[in-house]
Amino acid sequence: MLDKDKASEIFEQIKKYSSADEVEILFYGGKSALTRFANNTIHQNVAEENYVVSVRTAFGRRTARATTNKFDDESLKRVVQAAESLSKVQHPDPDLLPMPDAGEGARATPIPGRYFAETAAITPEGRAGAVKKIVGVAAKHKLTSAGIFSTAESVEGIFNSRGLADWHTQTSSEISTTMLATDSSGWQKANSPNVAQLDAVKLAEIAARKALESAGPREIPAGKYTVILEPAAVLDIVGFMFFDFGGLAILDQRSFLNNRVGTQIFGENINIWDDVGHPLQSGAPFDGEGMRRQRVHLVENGVVKRLVYARASAEKMKNSEHKDKVGPIEPTGHGFPIPNEMGEAPMNIVFDAPREPKTVDQMIATTDRGVLVTRLWYIREVDPYEKILTGMTRDGTFYVEKGKIHHGVRNFRFNESLIHMLSNVEEMGTPVRASGEESFDMVVPAMKVREFNFTEVTKF
Amino acid sequence: MRDIASWALNVATLRGTTYADARVADDRSRALSTKNGKVGHASDSESLGIGVRVIADGAWGFAASDDLSRAAVEATAARAVDIAKASARVKQHDIQLAPEKPATAEWTTPCKIDPFATSVEQNIDLLLKIDSELRSVRGVTLAEANMNFRREEQWFVSSEGANIHQTKYTTGVGYAAHAFAGSEIQKRSYPNSFGGQWQNKGYELIGELKLVENARRVGEEAVALLKAERCPEGVFTIILDGSQLGLQIHESVGHPIELDRVLGMEANFAGTSFLTLDKLRTLRYGSELVSMVADARQEHGPGLGTFAFDDEGVPAQCTPIITNGLFTGYLSSRETAHTIGANRSGGTLRAEGWNRLPIIRMTNVSILPGKKPLTREQLIASTDDGIYMETNRSWSIDDKRYNFQFGCEAGWEIKNGKRTRLLKNPSYSGLTTEFWNSLDAICSRDEWVLWGTPHCGKGQPQQVMGTGHGAAPARFAGVKVGSAYKGT
Repeated sequence: MLDKDKASEIFEQIKKYSSADEVEILFYGGKSALTRFANNTIHQNVAEENYVVSVRTAFGRRTARATTNKFDDESLKRVVQAAESLSKVQHPDPDLLPMPDAGEGARATPIPGRYFAETAAITPEGRAGAVKKIVGVAAKHKLTSAGIFSTAESVEGIFNSRGLADWHTQTSSEISTTMLATDSSGWQKANSPNVAQLDAVKLAEIAARKALESAGPREIPAGKYTVILEPAAVLDIVGFMFFDFGGLAILDQRSFLNNRVGTQIFGENINIWDDVGHPLQSGAPFDGEGMRRQRVHLVENGVVKRLVYARASAEKMKNSEHKDKVGPIEPTGHGFPIPNEMGEAPMNIVFDAPREPKTVDQMIATTDRGVLVTRLWYIREVDPYEKILTGMTRDGTFYVEKGKIHHGVRNFRFNESLIHMLSNVEEMGTPVRASGEESFDMVVPAMKVREFNFTEVTKF
Repeated sequence: MRDIASWALNVATLRGTTYADARVADDRSRALSTKNGKVGHASDSESLGIGVRVIADGAWGFAASDDLSRAAVEATAARAVDIAKASARVKQHDIQLAPEKPATAEWTTPCKIDPFATSVEQNIDLLLKIDSELRSVRGVTLAEANMNFRREEQWFVSSEGANIHQTKYTTGVGYAAHAFAGSEIQKRSYPNSFGGQWQNKGYELIGELKLVENARRVGEEAVALLKAERCPEGVFTIILDGSQLGLQIHESVGHPIELDRVLGMEANFAGTSFLTLDKLRTLRYGSELVSMVADARQEHGPGLGTFAFDDEGVPAQCTPIITNGLFTGYLSSRETAHTIGANRSGGTLRAEGWNRLPIIRMTNVSILPGKKPLTREQLIASTDDGIYMETNRSWSIDDKRYNFQFGCEAGWEIKNGKRTRLLKNPSYSGLTTEFWNSLDAICSRDEWVLWGTPHCGKGQPQQVMGTGHGAAPARFAGVKVGSAYKGT
């Protein structure tokens, strides 16, 4: 593994090669492996090692970036030259700030250790052994299994010519599995920096139960239903709004929060933070410019109170027509590597626990007529300001009546506004680390939502 | 580079593999963008490494490394073999590859102007000129433009004796105008949304697209949409422009014909397919006017799915997918060809880069143009009552690729053969086979464009791939319109 000392040596070399006013280096990469199975067989099984150095040079207010995965002298000289050549032909950017120094910004948000030797030590045999257990569950229930078991150790680092130097190392592991029956399926997914937290058999058994219990799905008409969204379904749909929580999105007038910051747009029971230090969160405690990620209360009792900012976005906002309408304005450590068009976004989302958390079973028990949703799929934005999203249910959709699951149903298409959805949350569970396929991982609860808008039904 | 790849093959062979291949790839890209009068993004990137794929004990293993020293390459090959042997612990049968004569070949994308040899300064000036035109329209609140170049050089060798050197060039360019007012954001893009038009071509693509000439119109349409009436809800005849039809093909034909999906190999992520094996040569996929091919050959055009050989050394081919409405072919690989009774792969296995395992990907999945001369304006003129929709805004389809919903940036009402009022937020939805069976007219060759879809995601770990889709404007009868806003 590339370590901070070696990265520091490379940075010193790059500084010697550069004639720019300022130089910034990002490092990322690591070792990763993924064992993939389908039809109860391991059919793809891969491993990779790759490290990247990304050089940003600045001449006054001109900046650009070049990236390579080769660390020999010639390649490092070439990547510096490429960054400098690109920088020199830029038009000066009046919003570009000098690079931050080590002391700039607020104090670091402490994060728990995210490197686990047990995760790094997993072998192909170890992954195959876990897959064998999942396939065993499928065989026991006469189902067909598919899925993945992946592990990785990764590094992320930043150095700049003003003395900033930061480094983050972590491990990750993930299991997801789909169990397929003749006309139904079930799915589960979990991940953690610590592989010991993953229980392959438990995930397989839950996915199998969902496949079996949704067999023979019946068609019920589209319309507005009370839905119980499991955490993965919540994650995948709400994830589509957080790129609008950046200051630059407001300045660009591409955010659904334009003219809505400080107003009650969600129910009073919705409280959302961005918190890289949360024990169930993951990732580095610094952003693409090296600023420390701050804990930010984005939504307070349904009111959007705070946005996140890269340094330049904060400066620009302070001088904009929006400055009195967007809450506190300061760099929060959520910027993307410069140069970029998007500015910043909160990437460590944590929903607050409700006063009286309910389990999914308790939500079902209080539902007179509704739909239980395991997972949502192929979600896309239909309307950027009303935040209407479309997508499908998948891998375990059930009809609930008089407090009980009755039967599986054919999958629905939804067209639902996130503003509407988060205003209609009747009950929530205890937030958990959830993982889906449409959005980044978050700490979210299961939700019971009234009047969720299903517009069509598919044929399976 | 061939020598480096050969080091891997030697180790893999010595360790008892029954098949091995190695790809050394040198990938270079440049991304430039502007936003509201400023440079948004300016970056160069290069990535060089090796990927080794083996079969040992009847199962697959793959390992990749950025380190091309002999010791590291040999260790990578050994790791691939170890992984294959671990895979063999959970298998139902041994992998069998369809035979393929090993090729020795050199191939490069026909490229008139090397995009990396062009002036970055001039490229940014062009984007800023477009930006200026867009923002000269009162009411445009955000202008974005992008230009992207990629050069992929790859050396492929296999234990069967293949030795193939290919270099592909890709160019992409596009822009968008956004207009925000009141409680609405509208957007128009050119030549297509989500990054514009992309082809396997050199810089000459940029000059062919009349970028500056169209910018003001695009800005004006974005602003006009704010005041336009919302597209009505109901059942209508619709006409789709070629770029939207290209995406419709991608989602509702290109993905369901991927044989790995059909066989359940993507069940946990991308999903499966409604096109079960029994439907080959029995399913009426579309009307008699619908004929589609998956064609990777250069003679099909400079699509993002054009190459000489796929990433397991199989030559580019043209596979009839739908023939006069009848479903006639899947996208296959050497591993999967036998499941449809084929004695050879269709040549569609591709990897995002050196560090990814090649998987079945769309090549250029294209609808063939109408045989009778028909322009878009003639098609509209022959339509009494309908809606013309242009440029994709949203897309979604279920995990068997059957129920879909698409939104477009702009629509126009058609009355008595004439485009009348502009309509905002047009959308349509349906079921794949019902939709393709409702096609009752398609424009001819002059209107046919090979569109690029540069960011198709598939696989775990996920891979992003470019695919091509030739399409011409086409008309569909009895389509459900407007359900995207129903009940919201």
